[in-house]
Amino acid sequence: MAKRGPVLTGEHFLLGDFACAEGALASGCRFFAGYPITPSTEVAERMAERLPEVGGIYIQMEDEIASATAILGAAWAGAKSMTATSGPGFSLMMEAFGLAILTETPTVIINVQRAGPSTGLPTMVGQGDMMQVRWGSHGPYEIIALVPESAQECFDLTIKAFNLSERYRVPVFVMTDEEIGHLTEKVVIPPPEKIEIWERKLPTVPPEKFKTYQTNGDLVPPMAHAGSDYRVFFESLTHDERGYPVMKADAHQKLVKRLVDKIVLNRHKIIEYEEKYTNDAEIIVLSYGISARVSKRAVRMARERGLKVGMFRLITAWPFPDERVHELSKFVKGFVVPEINMGQMVKEVQRVATDNCQIQLVPHAGGDIHEPEDILEAIYQVHDGKAPRRGDLLLAM
Amino acid sequence: MDSNLLQIRISGFGGQGVVMMGYVLGKAASVFESKNATLSQSYGPESRGGASACDILISTEEIDYPKVVKPDILVVLSQDAYNTYGRKRPDDCIFIIEKELIELADDEIGKKIFSIPATRLAEELGRKIVMNMVMLGFMSAVSNCASSEALQKAISTSVPKGTEQLNLKAFETGFEFGLKEIQAVQEKIE
Repeated sequence: MAKRGPVLTGEHFLLGDFACAEGALASGCRFFAGYPITPSTEVAERMAERLPEVGGIYIQMEDEIASATAILGAAWAGAKSMTATSGPGFSLMMEAFGLAILTETPTVIINVQRAGPSTGLPTMVGQGDMMQVRWGSHGPYEIIALVPESAQECFDLTIKAFNLSERYRVPVFVMTDEEIGHLTEKVVIPPPEKIEIWERKLPTVPPEKFKTYQTNGDLVPPMAHAGSDYRVFFESLTHDERGYPVMKADAHQKLVKRLVDKIVLNRHKIIEYEEKYTNDAEIIVLSYGISARVSKRAVRMARERGLKVGMFRLITAWPFPDERVHELSKFVKGFVVPEINMGQMVKEVQRVATDNCQIQLVPHAGGDIHEPEDILEAIYQVHDGKAPRRGDLLLAM
Repeated sequence: MDSNLLQIRISGFGGQGVVMMGYVLGKAASVFESKNATLSQSYGPESRGGASACDILISTEEIDYPKVVKPDILVVLSQDAYNTYGRKRPDDCIFIIEKELIELADDEIGKKIFSIPATRLAEELGRKIVMNMVMLGFMSAVSNCASSEALQKAISTSVPKGTEQLNLKAFETGFEFGLKEIQAVQEKIE
């Protein structure tokens, strides 16, 4: 086959997983290490086919632990790197994600969520890793997680994930799911000059003056690469700005606070969501990924029945859009939260909506997507005032 | 509901090219007719032999829920698929079958069914593997799934290099058979 360039400008009918791979290539990703696992395998397949065409490197590692550490090493050496996994593979990678966070390593992880726990339903859909991505590695930290709802967004949000990871030097997660990963849809790939790419901030000081984690008052230090003229020190122990270990609580406080602040204080630049009919909405369906697609059908059905229902779709799951959801909670009767787990992001809605309104979870253990009617029924629960408020849940315990 | 939404299910067994049919159809509608289309498929061990099915949704609007709720067009290519989906089809759906692979139930007599011996026609063209393209040509003739121009473009850009002519020939064979079938079905109904 003829060699293709990194950006396949044009209109394609493309699998969601393939679109993630194309987004990565368009972002400049030139290193992929992975261990195939359903339903993320097509991301690896596509990278294996495409990376050699653009001078990149694809390595199939011995397992997910090695895959996750290999992409960190590649990033330290200057590459934009990525892996893709699902289910148990994501669990195995958790320790390396903590290493990425503490060493401030920009990298991207595609998690095509399937139904767990454990090997669960390997070929079937789930959204049960939404809290794991936020809290699954040990210690206090902040990460960024994006959730695509279409093949087009698999492409677009993978690019956004690379951009955010480079700007904030943090692992960024694309939390797609089996249904979207295996959905084939139209994907429009713009010409390269129309794709906004944020590059890594490199040091401007001469090598002898460089310290690995010197921030100069910023929250994100410039990144020098191993093998360059700069001496670099990537250390998983708590470290000072030289990168040297410092076993002291005050050094730890300073470091962790900056790692958290660089995300929290920049959240307004990071957070993205979609609102539909929220202007006049009395009830809002809040969802993400494939469940948002199903929710949109339910909202349409509710509107046809004369109910004032709006849609709020998380594009950024983490950081969570606290301020906007809190604001909306003051004006609506309630939120309906469908997700393919037993209640994860709904806890964030409960946290920020406080007792302002009702909150009706629409859980699904996984293996299939909701039916729009399940969500419509929950909308009626809120409409009839039968859904709980946060305080009711506490009283019921 | 989206009144422009066209819901199509194609079902058969692994190896018949069910998903490829869906892919070509979705590509024709989305890339070459500038509509929106989704393709989702049964996935897992069944795609290695047993039953195989895919759902294609086509609309001029944005497609939300990507599954077929009520098929407007149902294609069945195996007895199993007929038993699973064919027997539960809505009355007003365009029903298309592989004539020589399916034995219809007695109560189907007099019903509007479009049938084609697609596998045999493909064999006559020299390659059984292009049965799916014969079927697609037939679908295009008897339904409004996508224009034959768009489908031909989608075929040319989707099949392995060197097999374009054979696949297009298969499509044409199915299409022509379909035009005759429409007449035959009309006469039968009247």
